[in-house]
Amino acid sequence: MNLFLLFLGAALVNNFVLSRFLGICPFLGVSKKVETSLGMGAAVTFVMGLASMISYIVYAYILKPLQIEYLYTVAFILVIASLVQFVEMVIQKMSPSLYSALGVYLPLITTNCAVLGVAILNMQKNYSLIESIVNGVGGAVGFTLVMVLFAGIRERIENNELLAAFKGLPIALLTAGFMAIAFAGFQNMI
Amino acid sequence: MDITAIIYPVLSIGGIGLLFGIGLGIAAKKFAVPVDERVQGVKDSLPGANCGGCGFAGCEAFAKAVVSEEAKISGCPVCNQDQINTIAKIMGIEASSSEKYRAVVRCQGNHTNAKPKYDYSGIQSCHDAALVGGGNKVCGYGCLGFGSCYGVCVFDAITMVDGLPIINAEKCVGCGACKNTCPRSIITILPAYASYNVNCISKDKGKEVKAGCSVGCIGCGICQKQCEADAITIANNLAEIDIEKCTRCGKCEQKCPTKAISNLLNI
Repeated sequence: MNLFLLFLGAALVNNFVLSRFLGICPFLGVSKKVETSLGMGAAVTFVMGLASMISYIVYAYILKPLQIEYLYTVAFILVIASLVQFVEMVIQKMSPSLYSALGVYLPLITTNCAVLGVAILNMQKNYSLIESIVNGVGGAVGFTLVMVLFAGIRERIENNELLAAFKGLPIALLTAGFMAIAFAGFQNMI
Repeated sequence: MDITAIIYPVLSIGGIGLLFGIGLGIAAKKFAVPVDERVQGVKDSLPGANCGGCGFAGCEAFAKAVVSEEAKISGCPVCNQDQINTIAKIMGIEASSSEKYRAVVRCQGNHTNAKPKYDYSGIQSCHDAALVGGGNKVCGYGCLGFGSCYGVCVFDAITMVDGLPIINAEKCVGCGACKNTCPRSIITILPAYASYNVNCISKDKGKEVKAGCSVGCIGCGICQKQCEADAITIANNLAEIDIEKCTRCGKCEQKCPTKAISNLLNI
């Protein structure tokens, strides 16, 4: 039950994009089409889940015993960067269309603060291995959910007449703000 | 200071890095995507300006499209013939198969030739003028002369002379932007080798055409009788020349009583 609450909390209440405001770059960049946002979400989910697991192992079994915890940022980035490289190769092989659709945002998962954020949060809250993975995957699912919702709204907006001043990013940022307010409604759920 | 404080971090972080490096190296072998070397060759032959004039995201995207045969090798508007030939060689196709197109204005109703129906002083665009009483010309088919086509041409190929667009055949790439914007559908895209052409699209009877314009096609049929190759047909009071059958004898141009036919290659 606790794990379920942790999952829900990571996905909805403390949503990475709309409550913690992490990972905004791909949120705005790859959210023009539902399909690509779903692909991006899947890639981030994979990276975040694995990153939580491996960074936990690295932190608990390498950094802690050697008492070099202060190197966690370097170690985590190393883990994340390698994972992203791996994901990039896999996507290029499996789905070239998704690869070209994600474009520059795929390598940018490396510097996605949501991914580094989940690893550091896991460490700060002293989560166990299972809790870390649940938190990571939960956060990523929340990220994907918000991405897809946002992309859906943007696709609708695309088909409407807008004032010239609102076209493109301004209306997207406004939408993101309203979505953040909506997600604030989850705040007292848990 | 304890020397282990340096050695442990170096060894551990270095070790992790090495481990991941080897892992990625193996993965790179396993997930290697064979890249068609023709893509690189085509890309190198392109101008590399990434202007997007071909409709693709950049030169690399165009090169990929060429290799996967989604785009024609002549699709790059910036390439000169040499570069197209190089690409054709890489792709193993004949470059001559590419065909050039040009826009042709099928109306000669400038301010001198065509009579105005009323004095229009509204918004100076063809679309708006066309909405008011079917246009400000007596002829219901002809050019309105406000230069909407001139405004959309990005290749600077159109000039407005006496209320009629004149297309510079050398600058025109046949993109069709002018054709799509013209509310009267006067402009057509023809192959660059097209020669004799009827410069009128009026389907009105001869008398009505005469009432509005001195150079319109009245559908008299003289050109049809003169044509030695049977390339001309008259339908709906309008002559049409089949450019595939035309032998470029030029008799139609000489005999046309209203001078509605001209040789595109001479303009």
